[in-house]
Amino acid sequence: MATIEFSEEQTMLMETAVDFCRKHSPLDRVRTQIEQEASVDPSVWQEMVDLGWLGITIPETYGGLGLSLADVVPIVESMGRHLMGSPFLPTTLAAQALLTSGSEGQKEQWLPQIAAGMPASIALTEDDGNWNLAELGSFANVQGDKVRLTAKKGFVLDASQAKVIVVSANVDGKPGLVLVQAEQLPQGALVRETVIDETRRSFTLEVDDLELPAEQVLPEADFASIEQAALLLLSAEMSGGLAGVLHVIIDYLTTRKQFDQYIGSYQSLKHPTVEILLSMEACRSHVYRAATCIAQGNIGEIEEAVRMAKAQGSEAFAFAGDRAVQFHGGFGFTYDCDAQLFLRRALWCQYQFGDAAYHRNLLAPLLLDEVAL
Amino acid sequence: MTTTQAEIAEFEEQADRWFAENKPANPGFILPETFMEVGTDQQFEFLRDWQQKVYENGYVGMSWPKEYGGLGMDQVFQDIATKAMAKHRVPFLPNTIGLNWAGPLILAMGTEEEKQRYIKGILSAEDIWCQGFSEPDHGSDLGSAQCKAVKDGDEYIINGSKIWTSLGSYAKYMILIARTSTDGPNKYAGLSFFLAPMQSEGIEPRPIKKLTGEYGFCQTFFNDARIPASCMMGKEGEGWKVAMATLMFERGAAGGQAGGLAMMDLSIDDIVELARRAKRNGKPAIEDPHVREQLVDLITEARGNSYMSARAKVPALATDWPTAISMSGKLRSSELKRRMCQFAISLQGANGARYVSPEAVDGGMWQRSYLNAFSGTIGGGTSQIQHNIIGERVLGLPKG
Repeated sequence: MATIEFSEEQTMLMETAVDFCRKHSPLDRVRTQIEQEASVDPSVWQEMVDLGWLGITIPETYGGLGLSLADVVPIVESMGRHLMGSPFLPTTLAAQALLTSGSEGQKEQWLPQIAAGMPASIALTEDDGNWNLAELGSFANVQGDKVRLTAKKGFVLDASQAKVIVVSANVDGKPGLVLVQAEQLPQGALVRETVIDETRRSFTLEVDDLELPAEQVLPEADFASIEQAALLLLSAEMSGGLAGVLHVIIDYLTTRKQFDQYIGSYQSLKHPTVEILLSMEACRSHVYRAATCIAQGNIGEIEEAVRMAKAQGSEAFAFAGDRAVQFHGGFGFTYDCDAQLFLRRALWCQYQFGDAAYHRNLLAPLLLDEVAL
Repeated sequence: MTTTQAEIAEFEEQADRWFAENKPANPGFILPETFMEVGTDQQFEFLRDWQQKVYENGYVGMSWPKEYGGLGMDQVFQDIATKAMAKHRVPFLPNTIGLNWAGPLILAMGTEEEKQRYIKGILSAEDIWCQGFSEPDHGSDLGSAQCKAVKDGDEYIINGSKIWTSLGSYAKYMILIARTSTDGPNKYAGLSFFLAPMQSEGIEPRPIKKLTGEYGFCQTFFNDARIPASCMMGKEGEGWKVAMATLMFERGAAGGQAGGLAMMDLSIDDIVELARRAKRNGKPAIEDPHVREQLVDLITEARGNSYMSARAKVPALATDWPTAISMSGKLRSSELKRRMCQFAISLQGANGARYVSPEAVDGGMWQRSYLNAFSGTIGGGTSQIQHNIIGERVLGLPKG
């Protein structure tokens, strides 16, 4: 029987995160932050650091809290609910890359700094949107104590703030990971991208034959773990986003009148709103089931669980955002209506790291085919 | 008294063994999938005997109080026994309304005398229960019930009719909602709730032919039927409150059911297995990419439902709408079942158009299951009404 576990640590982290995000990211703040250069106000970032959030998954020997990704889930979910932008997600993923694939020296050098609040990022997707390891266009060659990196990556989050970026590339013909420091990037290597979710700060990273110390190549390349972490956290963000957008819908349905009736009394709006509620409940359940698998080290089930969460959540959140705009009628067509913020966020989450069809395709062999012995 | 892991493990093994050894052999006639589809005496007797055997061996009503016929054990044991029944795919327990709705209602709200009188017969299947809620003109709109109950001395005289009375012709008792007054402040105020004896003069259950072509329930007619006033549950005019409590049990929103398998449940694994066997264009359906994507989608939904039940046990993970999971159980499971059956038929290519016959895939059980699946999406409040209820009571949306 599949269970869902939720520890005391998770409960405490969730309580803190719920208050924190409510306080620092009401929707009017989300809107003013959109106009700023960075995805989050430096003082808010510092508070996250002070709460220890950047070190949650980092072992205590490297200055972290030594907990698991499952403990990050309630935080990211709360951020998702309030559309809070910040380098928290890319930094956590960069830490995962170092944790799963880095050398002892790399971990010692960078993990304590990340735990202490140094923003980092990860560049897995090629600029054409493909992150399939078999088709990596970026490449690196090691010669002696140097490595030369040629890469064109897209969707590198908060790259302008990141002090280090972990980049996927074919390293001597094999998919690998190379760490690049901000100060090693030539002028113009980072270009801000125009993306649909305006709470994000997304960049193209382009380097041509950039020479780096060979020790910046990560000795391992555990792409599966990194992708699973990305899927889990994006799904957590979607779970929170679904709750957030549902509140936006309900607020309007219970206050807006048309033809002398609150529009929420019309079944054509009421019934799909209930569908959104149930899809949110399902999404949250998939997310915490996946978190439970990770917390319990239930290796065999993690991939299945995170892909299911991402497939279900992608469709559910996009539907909810779409309906939120529609249900606001004429107001929904304006920039002032908050529904668009959620719809844009939903589209970002849906298409980053694979939409529902993509993951169902990969789930099919896991769920349907007899295991060949 | 706390239950130890060792006791649980031991009981798991015991229940598993008992159901493996005592699973009834194929009776040689088609068995219904739920209590709503019991269409022949043969089917009824087979199922009643089975429930009796399960009860006598202590696998149903385990958490109900000893003094009324239960075993007074921790709920965890009943859950284990119920799971073993599902695992071994044994027949369901036919006294569903007694075990899951009327029984827990009587235990929660009934008098000592009512508990003494009814509970044991519910568990042993000696006393079959049926439900008189819906009326021909008022399906899901229970509050508009017109069936009349007029007090006459120490009796009530009932006139009117009820519809969708599953097991009506076999039942000894009916949970009945009837109108004792028309001049209350609203339509709900005039309703009263009875534990009505079916073997009363003037009560006549007439079998109804279902869309499957089979029989399975009745329309029950009341013509000056006299029932004792003492069988009223609660006070006159409190019927709506009692009926709502019953529906909480029916929809699984409240616990306390006797347990036991209530229906032959269709699992998504059955559909995957069918997809392996069924052929489309000469190839196993499971090789078709379109079929695969839909199967994965259904599995994801089924898992989502089961994870929701698991998450409901973690109060810290309730959402802003904490009753959403419990209030939507019937809606989610019945709609999923209907779509799974629809999909199972689509796997059969042209053979999807067959019906119960030797030539049909699995004897036509998928087509029959699909038609029967509407009992879940219509009975107990249609899916459309469920959406209204959840929208209004869980999300706080205004009534239409």
